[in-house]
Amino acid sequence: MEQHSHGAGIPLQIRSERLRSANPSDFPAISIRDEQWRYLPVERLNGLDAGLDKFTGILEGLKIDTNGELAGSISLPEDLVAANVFALGDINHIHLKASEAPELLNVKAAGSRQGLQFFISNEKFAKNTLVLNHTGAGSLAELVEIDVADESDLTLISIQNLNDEAVITSSQFARLGRNSKFKHIVVSIGGKTIRVVPAVSFAGAGAEVEMLGAYFANGDQHIEHRPFVDHNLPNCTSNVAYKGALQGAKAHTVWVGDVLIRQAAEGTKTYELNRNLLLTDGARADSVPNLEIETGQIDGAGHASASGRFDDEQLFYLQARGIPEIEAKRLVVKGFLNDVISQIGLPELQDELNSIIEAKLEGKQK
Amino acid sequence: MATLEIKNLHVSVETEAGKKEILRGVDLTIRSGETHAIMGPNGSGKSTLAYSIAGHPKYEVTEGEILLDGENVLEMSPDERARAGLFLAMQYPVEIPGISVSNFLRTAKTAIDGEAPALRPWIKEVKEAMTNLRMDAAFSERNVNEGFSGGEKKRHEILQLELLKPAFAVLDETDSGLDVDALKIVSEGVNRAQEANNLGVLLITHYTRILKYIKPDFVHVFVAGKVAEEGGPELADRLEAEGYDRYLS
Repeated sequence: MEQHSHGAGIPLQIRSERLRSANPSDFPAISIRDEQWRYLPVERLNGLDAGLDKFTGILEGLKIDTNGELAGSISLPEDLVAANVFALGDINHIHLKASEAPELLNVKAAGSRQGLQFFISNEKFAKNTLVLNHTGAGSLAELVEIDVADESDLTLISIQNLNDEAVITSSQFARLGRNSKFKHIVVSIGGKTIRVVPAVSFAGAGAEVEMLGAYFANGDQHIEHRPFVDHNLPNCTSNVAYKGALQGAKAHTVWVGDVLIRQAAEGTKTYELNRNLLLTDGARADSVPNLEIETGQIDGAGHASASGRFDDEQLFYLQARGIPEIEAKRLVVKGFLNDVISQIGLPELQDELNSIIEAKLEGKQK
Repeated sequence: MATLEIKNLHVSVETEAGKKEILRGVDLTIRSGETHAIMGPNGSGKSTLAYSIAGHPKYEVTEGEILLDGENVLEMSPDERARAGLFLAMQYPVEIPGISVSNFLRTAKTAIDGEAPALRPWIKEVKEAMTNLRMDAAFSERNVNEGFSGGEKKRHEILQLELLKPAFAVLDETDSGLDVDALKIVSEGVNRAQEANNLGVLLITHYTRILKYIKPDFVHVFVAGKVAEEGGPELADRLEAEGYDRYLS
């Protein structure tokens, strides 16, 4: 197992001091000298940084209102691409009242350089599950704000399952009310370039957030996740766990996990973890956990990152039960990712994702 | 009637201090339906023998043979050995996240038999085997060994033994960490498997207490990587009274 290394060569930027603006011209051009873009060559964005058109793909499965007044009320964009989405001024409002069944919104991308903005409100006391299922082609930049009201409970699942040449970026900002619960699950498997930046901050004490991720990069996929938890209020809990598999010499994944515990955030409890399973030589997994702590009065804070090959003992156990090595390896990878996928709660969607992972493992799908 | 023969087996492992020989010429023959107890002090090489039979890559066989009905086991990968009829109940079963017990059992059964079991009878069989081992039905939806107690892990090993129906089973300190009730339940499972499939058992243990429930036909005392003494069940009684001291002086 290789342990993680903290980035060198680029000055460390305190995440909370990052520029936030609605105006694209406030942001410098994207460069690998900028910490937040250091792993992603700008060519891979297919022009999402150069200005966007309105979304012309398909949104189906949920009732959507337009309510422009809400835009920016959780957070202004933190990067140029997200600011380009904001500049379109076209907001889709999803208002979640309590419901029994999980809600599914299919977002089918089409066309290049398009922007899509959501505002999701989860009502006070409401318990909901919402799946944003991204499929399709082209290049899409998304900006999502999520208002998790006091005493409410929201599970938001963002699935990136686009076609081989597609590009998707998604900036997601959630604000958690008092004693609320937020579970954020990311599954990234399809698309040439995938970049998801979920950020959580708190509007009331006693909230809990769990951020989970599963990803599988093969071929020449670049899959990047940058979760951020801003512990700005006391007695909140965060747990971040992302698991990834990489296959093929050009596959590249990036995980940068930022947790900030501010002076006011006494009684914080936080843990972040990233594990990467490297299935072949040459694949590259960058994994950088950053933990900034400004108060000593916390309940606990930890982080772990490990990237490595198969656990020989797991393989031996399965083989000792008659399962051939190649099948045992597939089983271990599927299980590794299924640990996250099984928490989606929609069996059909889970089966679909698992069969895509299986096809990727068998080399049948990029 | 099947036969598992171990002839002059020498096994080494890589350690930080270099290669170290653990087994120094083990000879052992087990036939279907027989129960052999391998007893010995800690560090005598009992677990090394278990892993070597199952084919763990960490253990290098430097000399000798393992034959299953005359077939050379040492040339087989661990999964080939399992499909040939060997089973190792592990002392420390590993966790496999994201894979449910039911999925794992079905996958293993399919691999061993070369075809998927018919669904309804299989579900019934699993359920019965679990009931016999006093395992809750919810158990099958948990991930393999994840968060299992010591006793649950051992029951899960014996569940596999009963369902996969090998010709020979090596039980590596299956009794360790079990309370009296669990020891009895697990032992009954081994005895059922033996009766049902004429299983040959190689029971590796440090203590004699499991021998109250699983009666050995032969007892082999293992010291410093080889068999120091052999006998019938009466040898176990003597070990109970005298311990291993006289072999170590």
